[in-house]
Amino acid sequence: MKADPHGVLTGTHFMDGDHACCEGALAAGARFAAGYPITPSTEVVERFAARVPTVGGSFIQMEDELAASITLQGAVWGGAKAFTVTSGPGFSLMMEHIGYAAMTETPCVFVDVQRGGPSTGLPTLPAQADMMQARWGSHGDYEIIALCPNSPQECFDLTIKAFNFAEEFRVPVMFMMDEVVGHMTEKVVIPPADQIEVTPRKHTHKSIEDYLPYGTNGDLVPEMAHAGEGYKFHVTGLTHDERGYPNMTPQTQDKLVRRLQNKILSAVDRICLFEEDRLDDADVVVVSYGITSRVAQRAIDAGRARGLRVGKLRLITAWPFPDKKIVELAAHVKAFVVPELNLGQMVREVQRAAAGKAKTFAVSHAGGGVHNPDEILNAIVEASRC
Amino acid sequence: MLNVLDETVNPIEPFLRSDRMPHIWCPGCGIGTTVNSFVRALIESKVDLQSLALVSGIGCTGRVAGYMKLDSFHTTHGRAIPFATGLKLANPKLNVVVYSGDGDLSAIGGNHLIHAARRNIDLKVICVNNLIYAMTGGQTAPTTPGHATTSTNPYGTFEPAFNLPHLLDAAGAVYVARWTTFHVRQLSRSISEAFAKKGFSFIEIISPCPTLYQRRNKMGDGLDTMKYYKEKSKVKHGAPTGEVGLTLNGEIAVGKFVDRDRPDYQTMMRAQYVETLGDRYLGDEVETECVCG
Amino acid sequence: MAKGRVSVVVERCKACGFCVEFCPTHVLALSSAFNSKGYHPPHVIHPEKCSGCDLCGMYCPDFAIYGTKVPAEKSPEKAGGEK
Repeated sequence: MKADPHGVLTGTHFMDGDHACCEGALAAGARFAAGYPITPSTEVVERFAARVPTVGGSFIQMEDELAASITLQGAVWGGAKAFTVTSGPGFSLMMEHIGYAAMTETPCVFVDVQRGGPSTGLPTLPAQADMMQARWGSHGDYEIIALCPNSPQECFDLTIKAFNFAEEFRVPVMFMMDEVVGHMTEKVVIPPADQIEVTPRKHTHKSIEDYLPYGTNGDLVPEMAHAGEGYKFHVTGLTHDERGYPNMTPQTQDKLVRRLQNKILSAVDRICLFEEDRLDDADVVVVSYGITSRVAQRAIDAGRARGLRVGKLRLITAWPFPDKKIVELAAHVKAFVVPELNLGQMVREVQRAAAGKAKTFAVSHAGGGVHNPDEILNAIVEASRC
Repeated sequence: MLNVLDETVNPIEPFLRSDRMPHIWCPGCGIGTTVNSFVRALIESKVDLQSLALVSGIGCTGRVAGYMKLDSFHTTHGRAIPFATGLKLANPKLNVVVYSGDGDLSAIGGNHLIHAARRNIDLKVICVNNLIYAMTGGQTAPTTPGHATTSTNPYGTFEPAFNLPHLLDAAGAVYVARWTTFHVRQLSRSISEAFAKKGFSFIEIISPCPTLYQRRNKMGDGLDTMKYYKEKSKVKHGAPTGEVGLTLNGEIAVGKFVDRDRPDYQTMMRAQYVETLGDRYLGDEVETECVCG
Repeated sequence: MAKGRVSVVVERCKACGFCVEFCPTHVLALSSAFNSKGYHPPHVIHPEKCSGCDLCGMYCPDFAIYGTKVPAEKSPEKAGGEK
């Protein structure tokens, strides 16, 4: 369906990533946010607090991230599209409720504007060290989708995508920004509402008697109902059956948890977004995401200028990891170069997927700044020689 | 299953998920008794069941949500209140009840309890207080009276316990009452009164946990405890909440302690926006078409 | 003539004794019968004294018993039903 014009700030703007993310959420139909202040993410909800009263909806600053991360889920079940925004320490606090969203299949978006860690770390400086946490942070087996914007424009566009994925798959989506993308100011073009495609909630049309909260009709995603519509359904974080009732047996566990996994993994071709350039003749592929991909671009161009056959694979979707693409590339390239603002996180996935068919060179950075393009170029040169 | 020999129906039955009976609560546990009072209040207050949502946390009392035939949410430990807040803010027409235990609400959930009371979020909170963490095997709770024996204080507790009515009074709740599971009718009446009010209502219900609290403290079974409540309770409507703390063997002050009026969160929110934004304020209701198409 | 009757959902009962204790007219006692879980459910020993007040139902934590008022015109043969 098309975006609701109330939430779309059509025009050409000069704004930073945090602000663009907020506009993306509003354009996607988000009418509720619960948040807690944490640098460098706070501007997202500050803007939402200023905007939402004139769009329709509400914002509440909760007493901590534990509350924020579940208040938004209550709002989803009350009928809203909802999200929260945080950074490392808050992301850690939200983990239990990310698991709850995955288990109860609550569509929602968690924005993490990554900063230096661990612990309090570097509140005002970038890192990309929450990438594994985004995937594995909560306990138990579950799948999430994670997207990585690399510009304020993408903070707008991909936030809409994040909400759309959340609704389509009834899954919490992690929006993995970083402090530089969040605080850099660039041109952001917001189109008219009728040019923005928004995924509606998968709301049931079944009668009250026939509706099963966690029953699926062959597809892997159940239909949702909201509180107050007469369905009198039950939602629980306990392992449950199609009726939503706790059913704590190995058989029910197997059925449920595998479906939660399969609903995402069976759609990887649609979910895994990436940007590729000059891969056809590449010997070396630079795999990067977020702000690092902007720096890597300089290194890739410099490498080509020197005659090196280097190509670019920019991950827009970090999770589920695009195994297929790496496998395909590993068959004909010599090496992957993976620069990240961390001591090696997504590089492990590249290495795993490559399965030894190509070498992997990590260009790690402990965070607090961005790479010098030469660091990446040197790695490209070394990789070309192997 | 029910083998209906006569035409009568338990007035409670339409409110239960009968396909999930019998429930998991122990013989002599008082939680089921509180549910009876709750259902009576729903019937007498003529609350619209379609717009009623029930939210509970984790613990024995947390299982209430799963047994009631309402839009019900079994959430995470301590976080029923923020979840309920989200429900209420997204759909102000909902009547939202939080039904949870003393450990869930006042320990891990303590922060959310006091803030929701401070903000006067329009929630009705039913706190079944069995003075223990029952589900996990009988550990000390913030409400466990001093010198009681629990599994994590095997030599007896020595911490002062929370006086929950006092805490909620100080935090700003507009309705605070305490009853025991012996006081089935008064409890029902209190719940009805809470439904008639807008704002944060808190009703504490002292309830037996015969398997853990009573057994470890050699206080008999559920029936012994009910008789104990009958003997030790004293109705003290309007008592200063600082004076209604519980001790191991002392008097149990029951009654309605706080009943005041102040604007609830959403009323204040809307007033503020109308004052500052005038016509530009488009309200807090979420349009269904915007979400569902 | 009894003003009320008691119905017992035998299989739900856990013999806690609340209903027996708190019935204002002492209509009930725990029976010597067993349900399938091994509990002694209550039975009506003074049916004529039942007022249908449903205090038994209000107290029962297991939703295993309830009292209903008998319509005035009817004279029931037995004022207790077992389920």
